[in-house]
This record gives sequence, C-alpha cells and structure tokens, in this order.
Amino acid sequence: MSKEWPLWEVFIRGQHGLAHRHVGSLHAPDAEMAVHHARDVYTRRNEGVSIWVVQAKDITASAPGDKGPLFEPSNSKVYRHPTFYDIPEDVGHM
Amino acid sequence: MYAQLVKTDGHGVKSLDEMDPQERAFQERIDDNQKIEPKDWMPEGYRKTLIRQISQHAHSEIVGQLPEGNWITRAPTLERKAILLAKVQDEAGHGLYLYCAAETLGVSRDELLAQLHAGKAKYSSIFNYPTLTWADIGAIGWLVDGAAIMNQVPLQRCSFGPYSRAMIRICKEESFHQRQGYDIMMKLSAGTEAQKAMAQDALNRWWWPSLMMFGPSDADSVHSAQSMAWKIKQNTNDELRQKFVDQTVPQAEFIGLTVPDPDLMWNEEKGGHDFGEIDWAEFYEVLKGNGPCNAERMAARVKAWEDGAWVRDGLNAYAEKAAARKTVTQTAAE
Amino acid sequence: MTGALFEYALRMGDSCLILGHRVSEWCGHAPAIEEDIALANTALDLIGQTQMWLGLAGEIEGKGRTADNLAYLRDARDFRNLLLVERPNVDFAHTIVREVLFDLWHFHTLGALQASADARVAAIAEKALKEVSYHLQRSADLTIRLGDGTDESHSRMRAALDALWPYAGEMFLEDDIDVALAETGVGPALGTVKPLWEADMRRMLDQATLSWPKSSHVQKGGKTGVHTEALGYVLADMQFLQRAYPGATW
Repeated sequence: MSKEWPLWEVFIRGQHGLAHRHVGSLHAPDAEMAVHHARDVYTRRNEGVSIWVVQAKDITASAPGDKGPLFEPSNSKVYRHPTFYDIPEDVGHM
Repeated sequence: MYAQLVKTDGHGVKSLDEMDPQERAFQERIDDNQKIEPKDWMPEGYRKTLIRQISQHAHSEIVGQLPEGNWITRAPTLERKAILLAKVQDEAGHGLYLYCAAETLGVSRDELLAQLHAGKAKYSSIFNYPTLTWADIGAIGWLVDGAAIMNQVPLQRCSFGPYSRAMIRICKEESFHQRQGYDIMMKLSAGTEAQKAMAQDALNRWWWPSLMMFGPSDADSVHSAQSMAWKIKQNTNDELRQKFVDQTVPQAEFIGLTVPDPDLMWNEEKGGHDFGEIDWAEFYEVLKGNGPCNAERMAARVKAWEDGAWVRDGLNAYAEKAAARKTVTQTAAE
Repeated sequence: MTGALFEYALRMGDSCLILGHRVSEWCGHAPAIEEDIALANTALDLIGQTQMWLGLAGEIEGKGRTADNLAYLRDARDFRNLLLVERPNVDFAHTIVREVLFDLWHFHTLGALQASADARVAAIAEKALKEVSYHLQRSADLTIRLGDGTDESHSRMRAALDALWPYAGEMFLEDDIDVALAETGVGPALGTVKPLWEADMRRMLDQATLSWPKSSHVQKGGKTGVHTEALGYVLADMQFLQRAYPGATW
C-alpha cells in the first residue's frame, strides 16, 4: 500500500462572523490541497466564508485524566457569573 | 441497516457489579448520557465494535454511490441530473465523515478501505441490488434513504462523540434525499401508464430488500444487547422496521402504489401494521456475496482505488518536493 | 444577429453540458473521496451553466423550446460543443488536462463576456465566472502537481496533453458567428482571448515541467456540428429516457 495522505482538521467561519468552528476532518497531501478539499467537502451548502486547516498530528490536546484538576476548580468560582449578584430591580438594567 | 450485522465484542452484558472499577466508571458515564471521546478510556470491545459499525456504515455510503451513480448520466432532465448528482455526492461526503470518525479510534482510512477491497468488511445488503429503471432512483430515495434516516436519527445520540457528531451532520444533509426520491415516485405515478408501471415495478423490487436493511429480527440478533447497553445502538431492529412500515404504507397509498405484501394489514390492537415474513435466506445469501450485484460493486470500488493509486502517489510526491523546496528557500534566507 | 447569438448560446451551453456529463461520470469512481466530491462540484456548476445558456438559446429562438428540450431532443449534428469536451475520460490525467485546457479558455472568455453588449449574456458570464475561476484554480493546481509528481504521473500527464492538444485549437478558430458577435460587442474577439490563454498555459506547463506540445494540428468541427464518434454515445446515454418515452414528464 502506498503512503496515505495525512489527516487534517478543518475549521470554518460561518456566515455570521463568528469564530472558526471545528467542522470535521479530511485527507490531503498538503495544506493547500487541504484547503481546496475543505472548500469542496465542507462548504457545499454555503456554510462558510473562511477556512482554516491544521494537520491532526500538530494538535496538542489536554489529557482526559486531567479533567478534574483542569476544569473542576472553576466550578466553585461562582462569583465570576453575573447571576451571583443580587441587584435590586429598581436599579434598572445592568 | 447501513451497519446491519455488526458483531459485538464482549461476552454478554455484564452487570455493574461484575465490572472492574474502570469499566464500571465507563458504563456509568454512558448510563448518565455522557459522550465518550476518542482519548477517553474505553473497553477494547467497545472500541472494536465501534470501528466495525462505523466502518460498515462508511463502506455502505461509498458503495451506495454506485447503484444511483449508474443513472446520473441518464437522468431525464437537467434538474433531475443535478439533484441526483448532488445526492450521490453527499453520500461520498457521508462516507468521508464516517471514515474520519472511525479514524479517531486508531485505525486509518486506507486500512479500512483495504479491508473492504479484500472482501473482509461488510456493507449494507441493499446496495447489491441493481438499478434497472429510472423509477429505481425514486424508490431508493424514498425507501432506502427513508429506512436509513429511521436508523440514523437515533444514532445522533450515540455514546461515542465523533460518531454522534458525524450523524448530526449527515442527518441534516440527508433531509432532502428521501424527499427527492418520493418526488420522483409522485411524478411517475401521475404520469403515463408506462411510467406508473415503472414506479410499481420499482416498489415491487425494492420493498423487501428495504425491510431487510434493518437486519435480522432481534430474537435472532446476538449482538444487540451489548450494543444497546453501550448506547451505540438505540432501538431494536424490529422496532425500527415496524416504524418504517407504518410510515411508508400510507405514502404508497397516497400515490396509488401497492405494497407487494399480501399479508400486510392494519392491526388496530397493536396500532401498527402486520406484515409478511421476510425471506432471510435471501438476506444471508446477499451478505455472503451472492446478491445480484456484489461482484460488480466490489470490482468497481477496487478499480477506482487501483486506478487512482498513481494520482494519490503523484500528489504525495509533489507535496514532498514542494516542502523540501520551501525548506531550502528558508535555510538560504537565514 | 439574433441567429448568431442563438448559435453562440448553443455553443456555450453545449460545451458546458457535455463537459458536465463527462465529469459526472467520475462520481463514485474517483482516486480519493475528496476528489470524488470536488469533481461532482465542478459537474454541478457546469449543469447549472448549461441551464442558463440553453435557456437563453431557447428564449432567443422564440419557438418555446426549453433548455431541457434543447439538451435532450437534438441529435449530434445539431450539437455545437467543442470537440475537446466530448473526448472520453480515459484516466484522471486526460480528465484533468481536458479540464485545464477548457477552463483556461472558459475563464478568459467569460471575463470578456462580462462586458457583453447583451445584458443577458453579461449576467450569465458574471455568475459563471466565479465558478469557473475555481475550476481553473483546481485544474491548474492539479496539472502542476501531477506534472511535477512521480515519473508515472508525469508521463500520464504528458500522454494526455499530447492526445488532447489537437482539440484545443478549435477554441480559437474564428468563424462568421464569432466575427458578427464581436462586431456588435456581444461576444469576445477570439484574437484577444488566445494570447491570454497561451501566456497562462506556458507558465503553467513550465511549472508542471511539461513542455509545450509539438503538434500544431487542429481537430475541428464541433462548432458546426461535425463531431467525433464519442458524442453519439454520450447522447445515447443522456437522452435515453426522453427518447424512449416521448412526451412524458419527469
């Protein structure tokens, strides 16, 4: 079997000016072709205005085992959320 | 279904008490409807079963391009041609999404394709039937895609994140597929006598193979229980088949076509249709490779792959040269 | 003038139709899934452009013929597409070389047609040009990559280029219809398209490490309906249902 085209992760900015969002993956021999393929595969229904591709092997991910130490500490910081504060209704919108 | 006879790894469904702590934590997450992601710990059986199920599903999409692709060049109007091409192209896209989902489990797309080409992987029995007339294109959209959607909608809630996300995208895109098929059938049924006959003939030939798509009766299916416990299967084969029959029968009546089953009858008590016995001998023969088109379908896939080898290699070679040239230029600039 | 524009719309529409048909034959058979999807996108664009051009032809003719009537109920002698686009797919190299030879001509032609004195023509050109710019980007990119890829990909591209080159010349053969349209500002002067095509083609072939083909022979006939044997089979396939069930609607 000859060498497989590497795997790329595809991120697309939708019509409404939001951030690029991961939409899926594909195979391509290099970055330029990955962009072409992404256009053909992931924007067939007018989904995007901008494409990012990154080779899957270049992504560094957090370890699933670290989920506790990484994310649970923020659970207790309730004061970061606006609903933590009781502001009298008379004050108006804040 | 598209993955209609997936062998499940595992030795019967264990109770939580019988599991070791890791497996128990895993099962509890599933029971709590949490998604399992690729890097999470998972039982080897879960991983293997998923690879099998997702790849069967993916193979079915790309083999499924062939019977319909057969009529792209013969579609009767420019609009029908565009619609059919767009639909078959979607199937290629769905195959692509699904292979990518399988790849997150540590197997490469080329390996999965090699299994398909070697005849070691299954795909849905339905695609081994021939498309003989234009009405078959209508029947496939209406019945085959209708049956597929019935299975795929619950799979959006599958416990494995990448599979679930692929199914969400696929279901969104497929929403026009069944409609375009029914639209063809409506047009034919309202057409000339020859067109009506063509539509009825297609329904006659595709009805039973469509019912077979849901797989053997659960009473005979040894793999369902574990897959359901793992939430990589949400409904039993019989439940989905019943739902499909109940949904489809009135649609056939609406356009004046007759479902080819003398035993078909509304059963007030169960609130659904009773229907005749499926010819399971035929089903197993088709799965074994003895369907009308197994050999052609496989030959077409293998030919596409082998004929395309020089293209994939050529593009790889260019990418390597271009990368090397870039490195040289950068080094020279430093 | 009206007669000339009718002929011209047929030429554009038929070339899109037949090329779209050829490209659509790849669906399910391409070298990789990504390519399968990309080829289908090109074919879909071309079918859409066919509907616009043949729709315009029917409108100009004024006899009530629709784009479908024109596509499905004319025989080969009445087709006005370039011979190039009816040549069979053969392999991926032939498909891409046929595509790039045509795309580059199509791109410059539509560029000129955007300024057409006929507003309907200009509108079609404007819409089609965006699609064709992408077709060209893709086919030129693939030509360069496969030309400068492996020995095998290079020799296959070489063979395809040599086989199809004689069919490229027809794109620049001017006849009375081209002249009449150029004089009224409706169509482009082919003399202006050719140097643009040649300059771009030379650059691209250089990058692809493919030399300029030696043959200067031109195969012609498409614009007057004298085709290669291949077209009859394309039409037999494409028109089968409309011919077998006359008068039926689908």
